[in-house]
Amino acid sequence: MTKSALAAEIAEPDYLHAPTKFKGLFGWIFSTDHKRIAILYLATMMLFFLVAVILGVLMRVELFSSGRTIVDPQTYNQMFTLHGVIMIFLFIIPGMPAVFGNFMLPLMIGAKDVFFPRLNLFSWWLFLAGALTVVVSLFLPGGPSDTGWTFYVPYSIRTTTNVIPALAGAFILGFSSILTGLNFITTIHRMRAPGMSWFKMPLFIWAIYSTAWVQILATPVIGITLLLVTIERLFGIGIFDPAMGGDPVLYQHLFWMYSHPAVYIMILPALGVVSEIIPVFARRTIFGYKFIAYSSIAIASVGSLVWAHHMFTVGMSNTGMFVFSLLTFLVAIPSAIKVFNWIATLYKGSILIDVPLLFVLSMIVQFCIGGFTGLMLGALAVNIHVTDTYFVVAHFHYVMFGGAGFALFAAMHYWFPKMFGRMIRRKPAMIGWLLMTVGFNMFYFTMFILGYLGMPRRYYDSLPEFLPLHRIASVGSWILAAGIFLVVANLFISIRRGAKAPMNPWGGKTLEWTVPSPPPVENFHEIPSVITGPYDYSEYEKPEAGE
Amino acid sequence: MFKGESPFSDYVDATFLTIAGISLLVLIGLLIAMVYFLVRYSRKRNPHPTNIEGNLPLEITWTTIPLILFMGMFYMGWRGYLKEIQIPGDALPVRVTAQMWKWTFEYPNGVKADTLYVPVNAAMKLTMHSLDVNHSLFIPAFRIKEDVIPNRENKMWFRTPRIASYDIACAEFCGLQHSYMYTKVVSLDTLRFEAWYRTASVKQSKPYTPLTAQTAAADSR
Repeated sequence: MTKSALAAEIAEPDYLHAPTKFKGLFGWIFSTDHKRIAILYLATMMLFFLVAVILGVLMRVELFSSGRTIVDPQTYNQMFTLHGVIMIFLFIIPGMPAVFGNFMLPLMIGAKDVFFPRLNLFSWWLFLAGALTVVVSLFLPGGPSDTGWTFYVPYSIRTTTNVIPALAGAFILGFSSILTGLNFITTIHRMRAPGMSWFKMPLFIWAIYSTAWVQILATPVIGITLLLVTIERLFGIGIFDPAMGGDPVLYQHLFWMYSHPAVYIMILPALGVVSEIIPVFARRTIFGYKFIAYSSIAIASVGSLVWAHHMFTVGMSNTGMFVFSLLTFLVAIPSAIKVFNWIATLYKGSILIDVPLLFVLSMIVQFCIGGFTGLMLGALAVNIHVTDTYFVVAHFHYVMFGGAGFALFAAMHYWFPKMFGRMIRRKPAMIGWLLMTVGFNMFYFTMFILGYLGMPRRYYDSLPEFLPLHRIASVGSWILAAGIFLVVANLFISIRRGAKAPMNPWGGKTLEWTVPSPPPVENFHEIPSVITGPYDYSEYEKPEAGE
Repeated sequence: MFKGESPFSDYVDATFLTIAGISLLVLIGLLIAMVYFLVRYSRKRNPHPTNIEGNLPLEITWTTIPLILFMGMFYMGWRGYLKEIQIPGDALPVRVTAQMWKWTFEYPNGVKADTLYVPVNAAMKLTMHSLDVNHSLFIPAFRIKEDVIPNRENKMWFRTPRIASYDIACAEFCGLQHSYMYTKVVSLDTLRFEAWYRTASVKQSKPYTPLTAQTAAADSR
């Protein structure tokens, strides 16, 4: 780079401070800059996340002693429904793709923005509209839904709470998700920097790409389901409602046909983040690049065909049981491949342990435990015993929070300097990480035991023999929550008080680290040319070993 | 681990423990490797990394071995499931009706009870349906569970190995009193069971014929 170009770059205001068409808040909510949109998502999402965490903590307080502790059963049922709906639809599904996908995708492939910037802004508005619809449903007469986030028919038809507004919210959120997916696929196909062939893309991009396909192909099913529910209500045609001759199990099939692939929308980008962070902190190239890339595609495709493993006790045909159990075991293989390759990437690296890597290490262990218990759940005989118990609750929290959630925090700490131009204060982050890891495992591992002993999920109260374990879980949940609040507070404080971040604080080799922190509005002055793969750390090798 | 009691519980526990054991071994292996690499190849000890891009034989190994293990686990799970759906021909039929928030058990002569009394060692066949929303009949000690759904007749069976009582819980969320929808399986010796059955039949003015003998007669035919 010439001196004058460098000077121009320094003089140019970054995206946080660049003049916009509108002033103040409007400069954000009408901005088509992918980076500003990412921050919009981040802000909305974090808000919902903290609300849902508080709901979760209150639930654990309720379960701390038998009978009524702080709320009545109806409130408790509404709390776990709301906790699930917010965490799934407003936090973890949009979380990774919408925040980090939006911010990093163009930067990592050397583009100035996504392919459809306005559509991108529209997607955020849809997200907001969907989220507000869900929020409004809380305050309409009848109160928040009390059905669980699964909205199973016929209970969801009989309840007097506001199920339809909540489902309508999910419907709108679905469109936001589809459009984001469409945008990302187009961007990845059309806007990669010259020289960046498919196998020179960073693995996070592979993950986002696979996720985007799932978003486009699976999300419409939830829309169709809602449409069918509406037709049933308006015209009295029995589709799901047994009172009208419908089949409640059909509803479950359609629900999981979307919601199971949605699990992969949540986890795939998280796996991508791990593949991104490990090479940087191990200062070496990733082990088995192609296998990790292909495994993302494999997870996305096989994962779309396993939905009925949520329904092994509904009275399915033997063929159904056989096929869905078998496919469930097959989808575990690409996940295992990823884990083995991550561990192998640490081999002969030059490893620096810092906050992002700590979150990644916790994530790998917790994701493994989530995966192993997934195998137990995939085995039919065991599934029948533990389905609909705390075992399942613990399993998906291990994958979704211990896996995807921890990866999200890893990503947050890893890309924070790029996003805000500041470093995160390290000490509070480390204490927060420790509290989160200890609290998380104390909380959810106890729930595995409770589940196997026969504690069903969605119970307001429990048999006396379960109480001691419930108490351990509750204490764990509070430690976890303390960790989360510490980490989030630290993020907020670091936005203003953190030390100024250099262009490339971790020594990353992907393209986002070649632009200033925070990046200018247009990202790159000159679109970079890509020659090497995304994790070329050969310069650090021993000179004599470098031939 | 609490003791299971049914023809399947040993098998379910064995499958569970097999998978848990393999998982634990792999997890410990991964942890040891991870911690060892973190220490051995820290930036201080190993300032110069080696860029190993991959290793095909290794990739094939750690794809094939899990594949074989997973197929084994799948097969164990499948076999256990087959045991659970093969209802013995001599099983005593009981009709189960679930509604918010109670269970009703109906015996062949029309006698109804809210507790499931069963003769010890006899195979019991439950035919279940719901009057309102989805429920799920769950007997943790027997390791069995089956959803109870309106407009459907799901079946399950079990055999009690000894004289005792066991919890029945509802495992599918069904509203306000979901967590209180508990009842019990009470297994009695044959004489006591028949005594209960006769008393209940008289009370509910249903014709009484011994249930256990009936089956014996059906068997001899």
